[in-house]
Amino acid sequence: MSSHDKSGVSRRNVLTVGASLAGATLLPGGFVMPAFAVGASDKPAIGTWPAGSEGSTVTIGASVPRTGTYAVQGEDELKGYQLAIEQINEGHELVKKISPKTKKGVLGKQLNLVVADSAAKPNEAVQAQQRFISENKAVMITGGTSSAVAVALNKLAQREKVLFVCGISGSNDTTGKDCVRYGVRQNFYGQTASAAIAPILVKTFGKNKKVAYMTPDYTYGHTVTKSMQDNTKDAGWTTVTNQISPLGAPDFSSYLLNIANSGADILVNVNWGHDAVLSIQQAKQFGVLDKMKLVVPYQVPFLARETGGLMQGVYAATDYWWTIEDKYPLAKMFNDTFEKKFGYKPEWGAENAYISFVHWARMVEEAGSFYPPDVIKQYEKEETIPSLVGDVHYRKEDHQCVRPVIIVKGKMQKDMKGKEDFYEVVEIVPGKDLMQKPDAFGCKLGDYT
Amino acid sequence: MINWANFVSQVFNGLALGALLALISSGLTIIYGTLGVLNLAHGAMFMLGGYAGYVAYSYTGSFLVAVLAGSLFVGLVGILMERIIIRHFYSRPHEDQLLVTFGLGIVFVELVRLAFGSQSQLVPAPSVFSGITSLGFMFYPTYRLAVVGIIAVALTALFLVLYRTRIGMIVRAGIEDSMMVDALGINVYRVFMIVFGIGAMAAGFAGIINAPVVSLTPGIGDDILVQTFVVVVIGGVGSFPGAILGGLIAGEIISITSMVNPGYAYVMLFAAMTLVLVLRPYGLLGTRGRE
Repeated sequence: MSSHDKSGVSRRNVLTVGASLAGATLLPGGFVMPAFAVGASDKPAIGTWPAGSEGSTVTIGASVPRTGTYAVQGEDELKGYQLAIEQINEGHELVKKISPKTKKGVLGKQLNLVVADSAAKPNEAVQAQQRFISENKAVMITGGTSSAVAVALNKLAQREKVLFVCGISGSNDTTGKDCVRYGVRQNFYGQTASAAIAPILVKTFGKNKKVAYMTPDYTYGHTVTKSMQDNTKDAGWTTVTNQISPLGAPDFSSYLLNIANSGADILVNVNWGHDAVLSIQQAKQFGVLDKMKLVVPYQVPFLARETGGLMQGVYAATDYWWTIEDKYPLAKMFNDTFEKKFGYKPEWGAENAYISFVHWARMVEEAGSFYPPDVIKQYEKEETIPSLVGDVHYRKEDHQCVRPVIIVKGKMQKDMKGKEDFYEVVEIVPGKDLMQKPDAFGCKLGDYT
Repeated sequence: MINWANFVSQVFNGLALGALLALISSGLTIIYGTLGVLNLAHGAMFMLGGYAGYVAYSYTGSFLVAVLAGSLFVGLVGILMERIIIRHFYSRPHEDQLLVTFGLGIVFVELVRLAFGSQSQLVPAPSVFSGITSLGFMFYPTYRLAVVGIIAVALTALFLVLYRTRIGMIVRAGIEDSMMVDALGINVYRVFMIVFGIGAMAAGFAGIINAPVVSLTPGIGDDILVQTFVVVVIGGVGSFPGAILGGLIAGEIISITSMVNPGYAYVMLFAAMTLVLVLRPYGLLGTRGRE
């Protein structure tokens, strides 16, 4: 496809060929490649453009885990998307504060969300999104929760030339070695999480500590653990054991026995979703939490609620905690509208889904087109834009949003002012100093067309 | 963490893990052995036992009532499932049986998700078994110790039913040759119903006994189901002692491999299964020709 915009073929010729091929572009397997079809402008068709944005509505494909280990977090993420869609379509005041050009919908078109259950499995997510691209002509795909899924969708997005706005993904690889031109990520990740929390941990627990890690066995787990090790090395923290477990392990007893016998001072638990809930509960059963301090470097939405008090006094790094609304008016507006619709305070999965979606809407409005390269270039302008945690920007070299990381500490029962007041905000660490150099994780973005 | 203290701890833990696997697998293996139906809803029944117990516990606050409710409810579900659906599949190809039980498993899981959501639910261990016990060489959760005892009693009871009662004799005869049992004038279909009920009950019982060790989620049975198959293959399809031996072996493989390199625990489990399939396709305690 890339050859056509540079080949010197005249616009008239292209139009002629396009007309003759009209209606004959659907290939078996659902691969829509209208290479010769031309939209309203003089740009060659690419991905689902312009077919996907020719009607009065445009479709967004979302894949979130609604079953399996990450189901709870996936449902929360989905609620963030639903709220974003609703508010963008009605031209809500909060959306307009983030995307001033928004009236109703995106470029006047109503958004339609189609959703599939990924079960946190890359193959299921890719199948569903491939269907949304070929059958629904999705103009953008989103979702995540599981970096394995995010990395797979990155590759799909680049191949199909449809933008992937990454949902929850904590791996360094997502905007590192597996980054793509057609993928952007808003949320925090291994490097920023650990760079933010490490100084606070060292200040609290001291230097030269022995650390036991619990690591889920895929890209998220390995990169977060590595970043934690790297960021605490200078303070003399050493790894005495790293317990790697499969996603969805039914029992953590063997790992916890190794940890109990390791002589560690600190347990850094990188597990996520239900794996985090179960491993922390079982760590309590095995007396591990009485022997060592628990740290959760990449916080899990609803963890405090589900572990019934075991997060009290525990430090964690997160994307968002609702009590920052005292400091950020947009966060307050978001919390209020979310709670009104869904009946609880949003956690970071919902916040991340919401803001990454509204940022996309802003980029399209500013670009004035759904044409993917234009939207991508809009992200790459590195404009400072509002978010729920203050002003942020997307880095042009790796498409990673530079945004603060919030360090929280579990509140003791007696200090909680209400049933959802699980954490106190210890520090809001600005994103700028947390980021690695753009090429440090081997990111090469690839082509626009 | 390779040292003696940890080794002994892991061997012990493998025993505890294995006991649970043995209990769940015994239900699966006697159903398959007798009815010839591989029940892919077995993991879902394990999960149902946990949730039925959880509901009973929420209303009564009694763990004992929870255990009774969990076991009996799933036993009943098993009997109904056999009467309404499974019996129509005895004469149909294995593929159909796999599909229908797989489908039923999905239905059970999603019904529970609809009713309780995906957030995990807690059933606390009875207060008498709460806390940690020092075994001299290690500290171990008291409830897990109790679970080993409870499962030993349950497996003994199951053994007595299978090997010391008339119905048990018929069931074992059915495993060997159900047509001959039928020919002897015994209503083999009634036996099938009872066996399905007992097998399901074993899964439900394991589900609620295991509930305080883990937190309940609708998908809790999925991972257990895979391990259970491995146990049945290692021990020998249709063999009750095989399920116990297979369970203990699987528990030890997971635990001891974890000590050396936790990333390989499940790899080793499947490697062991492959080895058994190559060298002894009918399983360690299985009978040739039954595979």
